[in-house]
Amino acid sequence: MSTTIVTARRAFDDSFTIERALATGAYEGLKKALSMTPEAVCAEVDAASLLGRGGAGFPAGRKWSMLRKNPTTYLVINGDESEPATFKDHYLIERDPHQLVEGVIIAAYALQVTQAFIFIRGEFALGLERVTQAINEAYAHGALGRNIFGSGFSLDLVVHPGAGAYICGEETALLESLEGKRGFPRIKPPFFPAAIGLYGEPTVVNNVETVSNLPWIVSNGGAAFAALGEGRSTGTRLFALSGDVERPGVFEVEMVKSTFRDLIERPELGGGVRGGKAVKAIIPGGVSAPWFFPEDLDTPLGQDEVAAKNSMLGSGSIVVMDETRCMVRAAWRITKFFSRESCGQCTPCREGSGWLERVLYRLEHGGGRMEDVDLLLDLCDNIAPGLTWPPQQTTICVLGPSIPSSIHSAISRFREEFIAHVHDGGCRHGR
Amino acid sequence: MADDATPVTIRFTLDGREVEANKGEMLIAAAERSGTYIPRFCYHPRMEPVGVCRMCLVEVEGPRGTTLMPSCYIAPSDGMVVRTDSEKVKKAQDGVLEFLLANHPLDCPVCDKGGECPLQDQTLAYGPGESRFIEEKRHFEKPVPISDLVLLDRERCIQCSRCTRFAAEVAGEAQIAFSGRGDLVEVAPFPTEPFTSHFSGNTVQICPVGALTAKPYRFAARPWDLDQAESTCTGCSVGCRVAVQSSQDRLTRVLGVDGEVSHGWLCDKGRFGFEAVTGAHDADSEPGRVTTPMLKKNGELVPVTWSEALSAAAAALSTAGSAVGVIGGAQFTNEGAYAWVKLAKGIIGTDSVDAQLDDGLPASLVFGLPAATILDLDTANAVLTITGDLSEELPVLFLRLREAAHRGTPIVQIHQHPDSVTSIAHSALAVRSGDTDAVVRMLCGDDVQAAQLRNHPEGLSFDPAALEAAKAALPHGGKGLVVIVGRENLAEDGTLTAAAAKRIAGAFPEATFLVGLRRANVRGALDLGLTPGFLPGRVTLAEGQSRYAGTWATTPSATGLSTVEQLRALATGAAGAPSVLVLLGSDPLTDLPDGALAAAGLAKATTTIVVSGHHTATTAQADIVLPVTVANERTGTTTNVEGRVSVLAPAVAAPGQAWSDWTIATALADALGADLGLETVDAFAAEIAALAPSHRGLSAQLLAGASGDGIIIPVGSSPIHGAQPLDPTAFPGVKAVPARPLGTEQASLPEGAPASGGAALLAAIPEAVSVPGPDGYALRLTVQRRLYDGGATVTNSPSLAPLVDGATVKVHPSALDRLGVASGTVVRLRSAAAHLDLPAISDKTVIKGTAVLSFNHATADHAGNAAASLIDASAVVTDVRMETR
Repeated sequence: MSTTIVTARRAFDDSFTIERALATGAYEGLKKALSMTPEAVCAEVDAASLLGRGGAGFPAGRKWSMLRKNPTTYLVINGDESEPATFKDHYLIERDPHQLVEGVIIAAYALQVTQAFIFIRGEFALGLERVTQAINEAYAHGALGRNIFGSGFSLDLVVHPGAGAYICGEETALLESLEGKRGFPRIKPPFFPAAIGLYGEPTVVNNVETVSNLPWIVSNGGAAFAALGEGRSTGTRLFALSGDVERPGVFEVEMVKSTFRDLIERPELGGGVRGGKAVKAIIPGGVSAPWFFPEDLDTPLGQDEVAAKNSMLGSGSIVVMDETRCMVRAAWRITKFFSRESCGQCTPCREGSGWLERVLYRLEHGGGRMEDVDLLLDLCDNIAPGLTWPPQQTTICVLGPSIPSSIHSAISRFREEFIAHVHDGGCRHGR
Repeated sequence: MADDATPVTIRFTLDGREVEANKGEMLIAAAERSGTYIPRFCYHPRMEPVGVCRMCLVEVEGPRGTTLMPSCYIAPSDGMVVRTDSEKVKKAQDGVLEFLLANHPLDCPVCDKGGECPLQDQTLAYGPGESRFIEEKRHFEKPVPISDLVLLDRERCIQCSRCTRFAAEVAGEAQIAFSGRGDLVEVAPFPTEPFTSHFSGNTVQICPVGALTAKPYRFAARPWDLDQAESTCTGCSVGCRVAVQSSQDRLTRVLGVDGEVSHGWLCDKGRFGFEAVTGAHDADSEPGRVTTPMLKKNGELVPVTWSEALSAAAAALSTAGSAVGVIGGAQFTNEGAYAWVKLAKGIIGTDSVDAQLDDGLPASLVFGLPAATILDLDTANAVLTITGDLSEELPVLFLRLREAAHRGTPIVQIHQHPDSVTSIAHSALAVRSGDTDAVVRMLCGDDVQAAQLRNHPEGLSFDPAALEAAKAALPHGGKGLVVIVGRENLAEDGTLTAAAAKRIAGAFPEATFLVGLRRANVRGALDLGLTPGFLPGRVTLAEGQSRYAGTWATTPSATGLSTVEQLRALATGAAGAPSVLVLLGSDPLTDLPDGALAAAGLAKATTTIVVSGHHTATTAQADIVLPVTVANERTGTTTNVEGRVSVLAPAVAAPGQAWSDWTIATALADALGADLGLETVDAFAAEIAALAPSHRGLSAQLLAGASGDGIIIPVGSSPIHGAQPLDPTAFPGVKAVPARPLGTEQASLPEGAPASGGAALLAAIPEAVSVPGPDGYALRLTVQRRLYDGGATVTNSPSLAPLVDGATVKVHPSALDRLGVASGTVVRLRSAAAHLDLPAISDKTVIKGTAVLSFNHATADHAGNAAASLIDASAVVTDVRMETR
């Protein structure tokens, strides 16, 4: 197996304890960072060309550099991982909270921020408990609070549990929620919280996995990280593999060096499609992403490589659907999720998601009409004009334009399946 | 606001033509000015844009092709290329409209908004002809009351957030908010906090669908059946611009119209108080209007003809000679006020004429202080307030002040009890009644006063740090300082406030003042001489004698008696007491702070003539009652708190035999064998403009050319603004009001018109007032006005009457502890003269050593104005002891 960075403590059942963490080098990266200048730490991250692991894949170093011009006031870690079939941050939060905390402190030091927040999905009860404990232990260990390890640098870190809304994973909605308000995404511009963030102050928002890479990058150097992977996609990435595979789970894979097929089929990874069936469709990067099909299986697991095929690696969530799966049902389930999670702010998303869900429900459960198939596409077009990728949008945030992906993919490829649903008065398979 | 001061023009391309925008202006507004109306729902020109409805999407060319962007949220930049009419834009707008209609019930035939609905109108103009939505629409229980006045139909709601934004952003009371997610998002009040805003009606007006409806208008009319008069609200002296709508000679609705005074907002009393004029549409009871002249015969008031009533009044006045007192007139039109002044001062020859009921401030102060305008709040460096709770007394002025605070203008407040202004204040100085002037001295740098305040047995009433912060916030010399001064406490002598205001004017010579007197046209009444010592035009008797000699039969030679002086002279039988009292729309038995004095004085008058639109406590005691027209029945002008004259237009005919204020004066002069020489409201207006220096140059023509906001007098002292066309989506329901040409007209000051009030008049205001020291056992009383009180407007409006609270006394918890009683217990308040039993409420924001009471609220055993029973007009401050019963 290739290099592991963020899952290095995978072998230990007690990986979340400070004892195990310290025994395996935790906070050594931090100590090294503190011995460097903040600029030097930033330079290492730049050298690593670490791309954000939250979904958009924005270079972390560039995000930070927007802040370097004006003094950053807050660092916020986005741990509100709530998309269906996305569970790689969940893994890091529960299994290696000290690595996360250490990464936050390194980021805060690099940005010279003295107040940081970790916003964790409220349903991660165990994760919340473990991160909270890790933070308390870090304070006791001298890694948090005043004068960290005698360096003169101080940082306070607060855990904030989410209240159950997917939309709060959108960074501006997260900031609103953190401020105690309703989690409505903020209208852009400003496009980045770096301009106006938490409490109106410049803020950096980073993903859990992004900062979890920092201890390794500082310890081993940015160049070592950049040596992994290929092109813009450096280092390793966590993939949450689920669906019809023999070994669903979280896997750390060097970027670009493996393909979707490798991930699904290799025995130490996905172990193949369950029951030896054939792949029908793949969700390559979370339910917002346009689907992949069997001919895309040899696409390398890299950001630009997936983007070149008009989809996205996104949040690293890969769902495999085998030949027996009903595509109408899949589209309906995903749309139902978005419909429930639309914040209700923008008309196209609020009303469109509910409408699409109801039409898909009728198709799947009986009552579908032939014109519904084109109706679905046209409604999608009214949310994401042109149905292109990356999507155009008629809404404030990208939740709305994410809705059409699955519907458009399913209809484009399996239109006859939708028509069969109309003829059959519902789904033949019932699943 | 430096950006506004130096407009920068931006040129961009809109649908292929070059268009200009002001810097900072949003695309939707710039397009509208240039004649391209972009459809919208959530956008409102008086609120921050949020870009949520997505109806105003336009196509903007960018480096990576064109993108759809909400035109309410992007400011044009030089060279920007925008299309509002492309296929892509049309499809997006069609799509948004179809989405909005998906769950909308389309019950237009039974919806109050039907016929004036932005959703309906824009669907017609932009939407697809048919809906493809065949699913079950969402369902909610409906309607649900979200306040005492407002009902919500959640099925009709399109989640534009105008109402929630108004509550949070404009009113500062985020008592309604969204709950739920997706297409089940709903507007809701908080389970624990009721929606009690004084401004709730605005949410109904700006709702772009029929989701929010107001109790007084629900199912009252169809909009196309309504007649409209554009007028000025006379609920208080702010002078909000209104569209008054009626059907079959009954008032149905009052809507705010955008303008520089009120920005289109109204308070609920101004909006719903129309019920006191022609009644509520769904109530059986009629408002208590006086509809016929009445005469006391055998101890009972009976309806008589006008000629009989006027003869009786003339007979009484002839007998009295000049021993006549005139009280009130602050609710009249300017023309009516002038007519009565001409009758009283020019024919009867009395100067004992007073529009104020010991609840205002001296005319010399009002005229003598350099005047500020409401627009000055927008550019002020700082604002200092010493006045009653603005959200209770002059509600929309509070909204305008809140805007200033929101922009970062520091508000310094001196107050006797925390109120709405405290919540937006940069620094607030709490003072006990009587100590205002001492704190003003400290603010002006005189530290000698500090010792006296510190020596109070209950300690200093404010944080010394707040004093330093306040000092730092006030600009040196008062440049850009606007001072709002009014009567915060009706249980203390108004001279205290006047002296403090004079001191501020001395210490901050460049400061300007808004004198926050509350009654609708009190400013006009004072300007036109309904106050002792002055003739119309803010001139003293001596100055004015020659000016009026040619036109008037006479002018008084000596300054007459104020309201309190008249009543006291009557009560004590002093020489010079009037024998006949003429009450012009005033109700001293309810409104005079010294209730006992009002009763004693009125009882001694030989004849009491009351000109009134409503039955009141005072009309019940009168000898002659003359019915007068009230708000929305009158033609003429009114003057607001800034000295701005604006037009009053009649929306309905007066009931029964009510006559207009000036007609009654003319007829009474006639009955006295004299002649006012004027027979139309225009003739009165013309004579005012000809004779009163403050009104020189004011003409009907000039008023018609200005926006409905009117003109600040003296003409030429402030720019005269035009009005833009109203955005029908921002002001649904308001029928087209004439748009006046844009731009600013700077009229020049006519010859002979005073540039500002004569500072010399301030000489009449004492430098200081001596205040008795604190009595360690007593609580010093602060009595404050509330929006919903026992006055005629509220009590005669079925929708508002239930909102009146019972009187309570608020005290610091320590005062209740000392007494050993719990909050809510009925206690006895004892003043030098009287006692009052009422519940005591524990409130830790009350300054120790004081008690706070609301004016014109009743107790269980004191109907009417309970607080007035404790107040002695001759005392500088009022001390009460609190006892268990």
